[in-house]
Amino acid sequence: MSASEKAEIVDLAATELRQLNSALHKLRPDTNQTLWRIANPRGRHSVAVGVDVPVTIEIDGHVGYYCAGMNKQATVIVNGNAGVGVAENIMSGTVHVRGDASQSAGATGCGGTLIIDGNASARCGISMKGVDIVVKGSVGHMSAFMAQAGSLVVLGDAGESLGDSIYEARLYVRGKVQSLGADCIEKPMTDHHKAKLAKKLASAGVTGADIGQFKRYGSARRLYHFHVDNVY
Amino acid sequence: MCGIVGLFMKDPKLEPELGRLMADMLGVLCDRGPDSAGFAVFGPGSSGTVKLTVRGDEGTDFQSVARRLSEALGTQVSAIGRHTHGILTLPAAREAEVRAALGKVAPDLAFVGAGKRMELYKEVGRPDLVAGKFGLGGMTGTHGIGHTRMATESAVTTEGAHPFSTGLDQCLVHNGSLSNHNAVRRELVRDGLSFATENDSEVAAGYLTARMRHGASLGQALTDALSDLDGFYTFVVGTESGFGVLRDPIACKPAVMAETDRYVAFGSEYRALVNLPGIDKAKIWEPEPATVYFWERPN
Repeated sequence: MSASEKAEIVDLAATELRQLNSALHKLRPDTNQTLWRIANPRGRHSVAVGVDVPVTIEIDGHVGYYCAGMNKQATVIVNGNAGVGVAENIMSGTVHVRGDASQSAGATGCGGTLIIDGNASARCGISMKGVDIVVKGSVGHMSAFMAQAGSLVVLGDAGESLGDSIYEARLYVRGKVQSLGADCIEKPMTDHHKAKLAKKLASAGVTGADIGQFKRYGSARRLYHFHVDNVY
Repeated sequence: MCGIVGLFMKDPKLEPELGRLMADMLGVLCDRGPDSAGFAVFGPGSSGTVKLTVRGDEGTDFQSVARRLSEALGTQVSAIGRHTHGILTLPAAREAEVRAALGKVAPDLAFVGAGKRMELYKEVGRPDLVAGKFGLGGMTGTHGIGHTRMATESAVTTEGAHPFSTGLDQCLVHNGSLSNHNAVRRELVRDGLSFATENDSEVAAGYLTARMRHGASLGQALTDALSDLDGFYTFVVGTESGFGVLRDPIACKPAVMAETDRYVAFGSEYRALVNLPGIDKAKIWEPEPATVYFWERPN
């Protein structure tokens, strides 16, 4: 924050959530109100959803479901945990959860970046369509289910059925993968992929991670077409 | 949808706060289940006595019921009435006789649950109003569980409200729906259990009761449930000394837990936990699927 930037402070103990979201939706692209600090979210759902301007919104505390859903352009930082569906259908911008995230983090995300400092539970990146997700802890079962595009980087472990029914999308996991889902296979880590991964880690602020420890997973592309052999 | 809560005090100094904190947790989860609500509280008890929770119409004179039972059986039965529910306290050795006599003395009363310390209240209506009518806010105890119901598998009735109790000091709340409850119910009936409703969650309660009757601990019974119960579930279970949590392997239904030196708390959503003392410093986590969590009080 530069000295000239003055934060808009919204205390959700005193202000209706709808009032906050409505104020964020009314911001013009050239707004001077570029820094927002939200206090006392107390697990409320839908905090800072649908923002479409390049502002920074920092939320101090745990949020409920769908925080920063449909985010475009904005940087949303959660100084706490996030409930189900954080940054679902994110289009662009950055959502950074400093704690843990619940299920379906970054679900259907089309672009932008989602960074989770802690763990994400089941179905992280389900049906992702272009978002880049970096989870510094572990992800739960069925993560990247039906992933179509984008990347999921996991510094910890992945639960059962990683990448089940994956179309495209690159999955990088440093730790153990409990099991791979249907049509998800390990793929070679070429220099091209190493360079891409290094860039993603750097943009998520991860330093010192040994790229050589990561494995890459993706689609075997066997489910793309109808196979008569699969008919019962 | 449904909402469930649980609170287990480690610090005895928090026991007077149990009802107040639980009422607050249930109130927050009204919008997850506006159809009915219920809660079980493990309050004070004394050895040699048992508490029967019974339910009647509004305005039932539970004192009179206790008096008539005392006269009929020549034993001391006392009563406390709370809205539609009455707590009858009596010598544990006479429990079977009292329950048999209850059918004759007060045939309109329904049996809700029994335990050395457990009291169980449930009613149709908005959870915050239901909790208020029973005076949950003023109750004390070591632990308790509660439920706000959005009915899916059976009718909106008081009988179908949670918690369910199928054994002494045993109760369960459930978020989800079981798919093999009819088959499991038939097996449990053969094993000697009886059920008051067609509700799937009552089967889960009965299943755990049966396992514990066969010698399993709460933790073992919950582990067995993973292989024998099919469907979606997050369970929170109370026994006289314990408190347990189990989620199905898919983790279909939400769950958040908080633990400090003073308590363990469960909520369907974090929102339900925000007013607990010291929540800002609590360890907050989402219970893993297919993993048994339970806490026991030292005897």
